[in-house]
Amino acid sequence: MADTAHSVYLDHAATTPMWPEAVRTMTEQLTVVGNASSLHGAGRRARRTVEESRESLAASLGARPSEVVFTGGGTEADNLAVKGLYWARRDADEARTRVLASPVEHHAVLDAVEWLAEHEGARVEWLPVDVYGRVRPDAFREALERDPDDVALATVMWANNEIGTVTDVRELAQIAAEFGVPLHADAVQAFGQLDIGFEDSGLAALTVTGHKIGGPYGIGALLLGREYTPVPLLHGGGQERHVRSGTLDTPAVAAFATAGRLAVERRDEFVREVGPLRDALVEAVLDAVPDAVLNGDPDPAGRLPANAHFSFPGCEGDSLLLLLDAQGIECSTGSACTAGVAQPSHVLLATGTDPDLARGTLRFSLGHTSTKADIEAVAETIAPVVTRARNAGLT
Amino acid sequence: MTTASSRGTTSARPLRVLAAMSGGVDSAVAAARAAESGHEVTGVHLALSANPKSFRTGARGCCTVEDSNDARRAADVIGIPFYVWDLAERFREDVVEDFVAEYEAGRTPNPCLRCNEKIKFAALLDKALALGFDAVCTGHYATVVTREDGARELHRASDAAKDQSYVLGVLDERQLAHAMFPLGDTLTTKGEIRDEAERRGLSVAKKPDSHDICFIADGDTQGFLANRLGKAEGDIVDESGTHLGTHEGAYGFTIGQRKGLRLGHPAPDGKPRYVLDISPVDNTVTVGPAASLDVWSLTALNPRWCGEPPAAGPRTYTAQLRAHGAETEVEAELKDGTLHVHFSHPERGVAPGQALVLYDGTRVVGSATIASTERVAAGV
Repeated sequence: MADTAHSVYLDHAATTPMWPEAVRTMTEQLTVVGNASSLHGAGRRARRTVEESRESLAASLGARPSEVVFTGGGTEADNLAVKGLYWARRDADEARTRVLASPVEHHAVLDAVEWLAEHEGARVEWLPVDVYGRVRPDAFREALERDPDDVALATVMWANNEIGTVTDVRELAQIAAEFGVPLHADAVQAFGQLDIGFEDSGLAALTVTGHKIGGPYGIGALLLGREYTPVPLLHGGGQERHVRSGTLDTPAVAAFATAGRLAVERRDEFVREVGPLRDALVEAVLDAVPDAVLNGDPDPAGRLPANAHFSFPGCEGDSLLLLLDAQGIECSTGSACTAGVAQPSHVLLATGTDPDLARGTLRFSLGHTSTKADIEAVAETIAPVVTRARNAGLT
Repeated sequence: MTTASSRGTTSARPLRVLAAMSGGVDSAVAAARAAESGHEVTGVHLALSANPKSFRTGARGCCTVEDSNDARRAADVIGIPFYVWDLAERFREDVVEDFVAEYEAGRTPNPCLRCNEKIKFAALLDKALALGFDAVCTGHYATVVTREDGARELHRASDAAKDQSYVLGVLDERQLAHAMFPLGDTLTTKGEIRDEAERRGLSVAKKPDSHDICFIADGDTQGFLANRLGKAEGDIVDESGTHLGTHEGAYGFTIGQRKGLRLGHPAPDGKPRYVLDISPVDNTVTVGPAASLDVWSLTALNPRWCGEPPAAGPRTYTAQLRAHGAETEVEAELKDGTLHVHFSHPERGVAPGQALVLYDGTRVVGSATIASTERVAAGV
């Protein structure tokens, strides 16, 4: 099998290498003692680091420092937003049990919503999406208008993790605001690739995470409008506005802030460099495999600049992965697996894609370390790999 | 006489090998040995249960989420890529449904054999070959010998106590050509394989052995069949047709079975009674003395040969009638696709549906499915 030292890493949407600056920030902080909740000198020093990081991250995301709630990652932030806001809003008015959600959400939102339906009496309304997986504003308005008073919250992701479709959540947030309904957006994939201004967006809550933007694992944040007090998932020492208890991970918080700053500072450059590489990859794949289908919005304005997602008719996604991995090319089918078994993409099924096409998918996601050579490797390899996977067929 | 030019995993050139990893110790060590011999090995765990989570508490077999995780962990330690392939639908059709249908028809199937024939060395092998692999490697204890003319022969494992060539007796020449059994030619006990796993840092070293039927998580075959086939009360009779009792489904019995008849009163001669015959048509189970179990000859269908079919006319072989069963001498002859077999000494507990595997010394000649048995001594 291929030497990992020579691997072509095209799975940045799964996780991307940390910026050297973020590694430096983190390692420096790892040698410093202090619990940010302590009152003594060491505690004050840690708190200062945490609060400066909060201010920095807030600035990077167009938010106020008090709107930044640090969490243990994107999944926790999504759960806090969905469950916490549901519980709080239902407790304030028991009529509010309707949850509006897009069907193309990441499982961190999808499964949290379904859990509410199974255990907390939530009535879930899946918002209709177009062929690119974008929630239609008129359908959103219709769902709210029908009875604005029974809606607990709405949740629609900013950019899709599988097929890269960008949704104008600002427009949706305006509509939600008309009806006084909080809208949460998962912006885990959008941060670093799109311009995100939390306050301008009109969103009630927004999820980001460290390791997708060149920061560390295990740290994320929920940006949370100050008027919202979700019921906590974690009870304890009352940190983070009493919304998320737990001693703050100062080194991770600091490195997350560094990565956030760099992600914003270097975003234009990122889009300028990675966008054309992605376009070259799409062209090369469609050239080499004429019947391959580019999923998501073909217009670069409507998709993440680093995302390319394809269906290969007659192929099993797993077979494609195995063959590419053997050539040292690391990518993903894009969809979740159950007990290790790849499942047809729920995102593609929601967009009305043929189930067989939803099985033979590959997601190539680029990042700040991607090069022209990576794209050339895919261009050379993809045709024989697809031919071989097609011979193996669908089981 | 055969000359062994290559055995086990040794090969002139490195092969691309797909190692089926159940999550148990044998298949993990087999994959490790294949990789160590210089082959390019990729591990694959077969998801065979339609709903793996429902098997989470089952300690057996190869269907649980833990087994999949154990296999993945072993692959990581060996340093090979690992995938999970979903063959649940094929497994359900070709193994589970076949198992149920066979019992329903009053026969006694061997699902492991069926799985090797239809899944591991068919569905899995075909996909592996299509993806560019040269061979499928498993943790079976059996030996593949390559003759000087290039043909491959399947032999018993060096360690007779561990030998699993019986459940591989269904493989034909093409399947054998792409099979690799790295454990087959080692004179080891399971303890030594476990030691080797330990030495290699494979955490499955201490995992309990799997037995029984992997898709019956709790080991209750009767309950599984009752659930699938429903209860159907029928008669238990003796050889003269006299009613002795009732049962809740003829499929719950196996020829030669002694326990669980629940007849309440002993036979007139005081000797134990055994299941002699199962008739699904009238849902009747016939019981009788041990002597009536003696089978002198049988016919078997669907013969599969590991290589050339035998020449015409009766020939002498040794035969094995069940997994881990003893060898017995037979004379067998193939006539119009049916194998006619005569035992030198009577055999007990021979049931239609079971596989008969013929050996020439240690070499597997072929196999066939027992269709009918004859309980009177007769010459060929």
